[in-house]
Amino acid sequence: MDQFIEQIVTGLSIGSILLLVALGLSIIYGSMGIINLAHGEFVMLGAYAAWVFHTYLGLGLLASLVPIFLVVAAFGWVIERYVLSLLNNRPLDTILATWGVGIMLQQAVRLMVGSELRYVQLPPALSDSMSVFGIPVSSYRVFLFVVSIALFGATWLLMNRTTVGMKLRAIIQDRSVAASFGINAKRVYALTFAYGAGLAGLAGALVSPLKSVSPDMGTGYVVDAFMVVVLGGVQSLAGTVASAFILGELSGGIAFLQNDTVAKAIVLLAIVVLIRFRPEGLFTARVRA
Amino acid sequence: MSISRRTLLRNTAALGAFAGAGLPHIWIKNADLAYAAGGEIKVGVLFSLTGTTAIIEESLNKATLLAIEEINAAGGIKGSKIVPIVEDPASDPATFSEKARKLVVGDKCVSVFGSYTSASRKAVLPVFERQNNLYWYPTLYEGRECSKNVIYTGAVPNQQQDEFVPWLVKKFGKKFYLIGSNYIYPKEENNYCKKLLEKLGGEVVAEEYVPLGHSEFSSVINKIRSTQPNVIFSTVVGDSVVALHRQYKAAGLDPEKMPMASLTTSENEVAAMGGEAAAGHFTSAPYFMVHKSPENEKFVEAYKKRWGADKVTHFVSEACYFQTYLFKQAVEKLATSDLTPPNIRDAVKGQEMVAPQGKVRIEPENLHTWLWPKIAQAKSNGQFEILVEAKDWLKPVPYAAYPGQSCTEKGLVEKS
Repeated sequence: MDQFIEQIVTGLSIGSILLLVALGLSIIYGSMGIINLAHGEFVMLGAYAAWVFHTYLGLGLLASLVPIFLVVAAFGWVIERYVLSLLNNRPLDTILATWGVGIMLQQAVRLMVGSELRYVQLPPALSDSMSVFGIPVSSYRVFLFVVSIALFGATWLLMNRTTVGMKLRAIIQDRSVAASFGINAKRVYALTFAYGAGLAGLAGALVSPLKSVSPDMGTGYVVDAFMVVVLGGVQSLAGTVASAFILGELSGGIAFLQNDTVAKAIVLLAIVVLIRFRPEGLFTARVRA
Repeated sequence: MSISRRTLLRNTAALGAFAGAGLPHIWIKNADLAYAAGGEIKVGVLFSLTGTTAIIEESLNKATLLAIEEINAAGGIKGSKIVPIVEDPASDPATFSEKARKLVVGDKCVSVFGSYTSASRKAVLPVFERQNNLYWYPTLYEGRECSKNVIYTGAVPNQQQDEFVPWLVKKFGKKFYLIGSNYIYPKEENNYCKKLLEKLGGEVVAEEYVPLGHSEFSSVINKIRSTQPNVIFSTVVGDSVVALHRQYKAAGLDPEKMPMASLTTSENEVAAMGGEAAAGHFTSAPYFMVHKSPENEKFVEAYKKRWGADKVTHFVSEACYFQTYLFKQAVEKLATSDLTPPNIRDAVKGQEMVAPQGKVRIEPENLHTWLWPKIAQAKSNGQFEILVEAKDWLKPVPYAAYPGQSCTEKGLVEKS
């Protein structure tokens, strides 16, 4: 029984990391229809930003979260403004463009700070473990869980309770009609992309103390993030949350019973089969089209 | 006249033999000139500067270039300068093979120093065997290879484990949890470890492999908790090592009771995971940066001076450094007109030198290297403390896990 609870808690923790990484992608993909292949590199930039703030400015991880969000968001804004919007956000063109941007970011980081693995310190206050339902769990993992839920909440509010969110939803439904009502679609798109990039940056900074920081770390994350978004259903924030935790529990559980190699294969296979029968993902937001 | 398939084959073979005997006279003369033309000896340096394994291979490139620069600054080899031709194979085995061909056939390099992963070594092997050139491979690896065209200067399983595993059993206990990345190296190492454990009456509670680049170890840690091994024997490589150590630490496990014993965690990985995550765990290798010897002091100082004070040396970069010097010694033995890859290979057999780790020697039988096994514990300052040093250098036995087979000068010999 203990083992079962232990495994559930582990799955929640894996799921929260997945959610963290997928949230930014979900926003960009779901609302703008842009398949952002540079998402992993935004995650990587966030991790490097954490490292830079820590090494050169002596800021702890927690203190640097807000600046990291702003820095990576600014980056995203520049890329949307000067690359994607020039392509009129056409899906196929932007796949290629974001892929190229991703490669350039990877190489730029490699040239500027070298390709060694970098090191971001675990916040000392969260470095030990605590007891959850009688199971010892790393305090930092609990913290990640709370943060990922909070970020989801903030994103949901932003989309559903603010003017920017309302304008964005209007644009998603019909861009030209929204524009004729005086909504500046370009500006809203740039802001949305920046927000998604900022979230990715935060995710990178937050996972960096548990994992490793290297120029090509993004590659793995972008795959995970796409799996979450595709399974959960595009345009559905709640779907992203649900699928992140489903995938977390599933891969954690199979890894415990079998091993991580098998878990990876089975999870991928399950998603492929599911997409075959339910191409829109598990959850779909109803949109009048 | 009817030509049967058989006579055609025979004739073609005869023609081939004639060509093989006749033409190379001209070729070799030209080749001689090319190999040491104009007081220059061209060598290839083939380490990935981009892609996944650039993280570690960059340091191998640096150590090799450092040794070449030092040799040239001291007057080169009998007046000839070594000219390194650096190629970037981008962590991709196919590119490794392509670049190796370019270095050997196009640039006429007399030797190539390169590779970190076994996959990349296997990819270039056919090039060196077909062209009868020479590859210098600095990495510890799984053994079970017997090529006349590769000089292996890293440790093979017996050199890392013969001392290590019994020491672990004695100090911590007999229950081992084997964890590795999912490819050939960890599987062969674990194979050998299981053999040693069998002799010692040890027990393997689990043997598990994670995908390369894997970074989520919470389920593994749950399994470790539930099986309660005495030792976690790790052959996890690359950035996964970093994730494993950090998550082990964050989960509140204690290295005093259940240490990780690694064959792959060097100063490089420790720097990336942070000293506090590495502290208390063990590594077995022939070289550590803190090793005390005049040669090592000189190496570390020169490396930092050349590449930056924050850089670390480790057991693969040390091998890169000393193998370049072994190359120099071998070339020194040869007349300029005899400078060919096979002659260098023959000249390096039995060569000895005092490397940073101690005196090393190329075993004439299998072209692997006699090394000095050491066991060390990681400290929170990012360095290791050497706990056990071998009293004697250890012979390389690349087929240690396969009692029927051995690598000799004639190639792989199977005893029935």
